[in-house]
Amino acid sequence: MRNTAFSSRAVSSRALRSPKVRPLQSLQHGWRVARALFASQYALMLEYRAEIVLWALAGMVPFIMLAIWIESPAGAALGMGPTQLARYFLAAFVVRQFTVAWVMTVFEEDALQGRLSPMLLQPLHPFWRYLASHVAEQATRLPFVALIATLFFLVLPWAFWLPTPQRALLTLAATFLAFVLNFLIQCTMACMCFWSDRVNALERLIYIPILFLSGTAAPLDAFPPALRRLAEATPFPLLVNFPAQLLSGGEVQIAAGFTALAIWITGLFLLMTLLWRIGVKRYGAMGA
Amino acid sequence: MGNPLGRYLLTLSRLWGTSLAMQFEYQANLLLEVVAAVANLLGSLLLLSLFYGGGRALGGWSWPQALVVLGVYTLLEGITSTWLRPNLSTIVGHVQQGTLDFVLLKPIDSQFWLSTSRISLMGLPEIATGLGLMIWAAGQAGIRITPWLMIQTLLMLVASGLLLYSLWFLVSTTSIWFVKTWNATEVLRAALSSGRYPISAFPTAVRRFFTIVLPVAFLTTVPAEAMLGRLTLPWLLLSLMVACIGLALSRAFWQFALRFYTSASS
Repeated sequence: MRNTAFSSRAVSSRALRSPKVRPLQSLQHGWRVARALFASQYALMLEYRAEIVLWALAGMVPFIMLAIWIESPAGAALGMGPTQLARYFLAAFVVRQFTVAWVMTVFEEDALQGRLSPMLLQPLHPFWRYLASHVAEQATRLPFVALIATLFFLVLPWAFWLPTPQRALLTLAATFLAFVLNFLIQCTMACMCFWSDRVNALERLIYIPILFLSGTAAPLDAFPPALRRLAEATPFPLLVNFPAQLLSGGEVQIAAGFTALAIWITGLFLLMTLLWRIGVKRYGAMGA
Repeated sequence: MGNPLGRYLLTLSRLWGTSLAMQFEYQANLLLEVVAAVANLLGSLLLLSLFYGGGRALGGWSWPQALVVLGVYTLLEGITSTWLRPNLSTIVGHVQQGTLDFVLLKPIDSQFWLSTSRISLMGLPEIATGLGLMIWAAGQAGIRITPWLMIQTLLMLVASGLLLYSLWFLVSTTSIWFVKTWNATEVLRAALSSGRYPISAFPTAVRRFFTIVLPVAFLTTVPAEAMLGRLTLPWLLLSLMVACIGLALSRAFWQFALRFYTSASS
C-alpha cells in the first residue's frame, strides 16, 4: 500500500535542506557533511579491503583481451603494435577501476529492505551517500591498482611508459567525468526501482553494452566504421575508450571527447532529477 | 522413504517446485533475460568478428569452428545462471547471518542442499541460444553429426559442467573464512570469460595457465573439439579425470572448511 503520509514527509524534508543561511555558512556546512560522509564511508570500505581487492581483480577482462590481441595478427593490421596494445589495455584496466558504479545494486537493496525510508527523511539526497561511498571505495582501490600496474610492468617491461604531464592531467579529468557519467547512468536506471521491484535484470542489461562498446574488450579503432559510428553515438565509449586512449598516448579527439562527456552528463543529470521527482512521489515504502 | 536416493529425489522435486513458483512472480525479469541473452550473443559475435577481418583466423580456428566454442561458452553461462549462481551465491549469506546452522542440522547432505536447492529460469534463453549456435556452427564447419559424436560431445559437456560447478563451489566455500566475499565469484566469472575464445588464441604462457592452473581449456575448448569430431581419446579421458578431481576437491574442501565454521556471533 502506498503511504502518502510518508512521501509528504519526504517532500517536506527537501525544504529542510535549504535553510535560510548565508552562502558561506551553507558552504561550510556542505563541506562538513561531505567530509563526515567520506570519512565514515572510507572507514567502512577499509573494513572490506579483501572484498575490494576481489572486485578490482574482477576487472581483469582487459588483460585477457590483451593476451588475445597480442597473439592475433588483427592487432598488427590495426596499426597497433604490441607496445601500444599493452599500454591501451593497461590504461583501460586502470580507468575502469576508477569509473565503476554500483548504484543500482545498493539502491534496489535499500528500497526492497526498507532502508530507503529513513534515508529519505534525512536532509540529504540518498545519492550523495552513494557518491561518497563510491569515492571512498576508489581511494581504497588506489594502492591495489598501483600494485597491479607495477606487476604488469615487471612482466612486460617493454610496455613501460609515463604519460606526459598534460596527458596525465587530461586523463585525470576524463576519468573523473567518466565516473560521474557512469554514476549518473546507474542513478537514472536506479530510479526505475520506484516503478518495478526488481531492477537487477535491467542492471544485467546495461553491463552488456558497457562490456562490448566501451572499449574494454577492444579499442574502438578496431571496430568497422559503421559500427564505430554507432558506438560513438552512445555514451559507452566515453567510459573507457576515451580516457584510456588519453592515458596510453593514443590518437584521440580531445575537445570532442570532453564536449560529449559534458553533454551526456548534463542530459542524464536532468533526466535523473526528473525521474527522481516523479518516482519519489510514487514511493510506497516497502512493507508499509 | 527408506531408500536415500528416493528421499533426495523427492526433496529435489519439492525444492525446485517452490523455486519455479517463486520465479513466475517476476515474469518481466524473464523477458529482460531473453533480451540480455540475445544482446550478449550479438556482442560476443561482434568481438569475435574483429579477429576475423581480412581473411585472418584466430589461433588456427576457422570462423564457424570458433563459433562452436562461443556456443559452448554461452551454454555454460546459461547453466551458471540457472543452476550455479542461484544456489552458490546463498552460501555467503548463510555464513554471514548464521543460518548455515540450520542447513547443517538438516538430515540431508549440506553440500547437496546448498548446491541444488534452487533453480532459476533465467539461464534458459542462454542455454537455448548456446545449443543452437553449437549445432548450427558445427553444420557450417562441415560436420555431420553422428550418434558417436553426440555421445562424445554430451559427455564432454557434462564433464565441463561438473568442472564449472567444482570451481564455483570451491570459490564459494572460501566465504566460510572471509564471510563478505560476494565478489569472489565475480573474479571467477571474469577469468572464465576467457573461455569465449579457443585456447590456442592465447600466448603460450597464458595457455598453460588456462589449462593447468585454471582449467578453462576443459570448459569450452575441449567440448568444442568433441563437437568438431577431432577430440583424441587421451584428451577425452583427461577431461573426465579433471572433472572427477574437481568434484573430489570441492567435496574435500567443503568438509575441511566446515571444521572452521564457528557460526555467526560466536
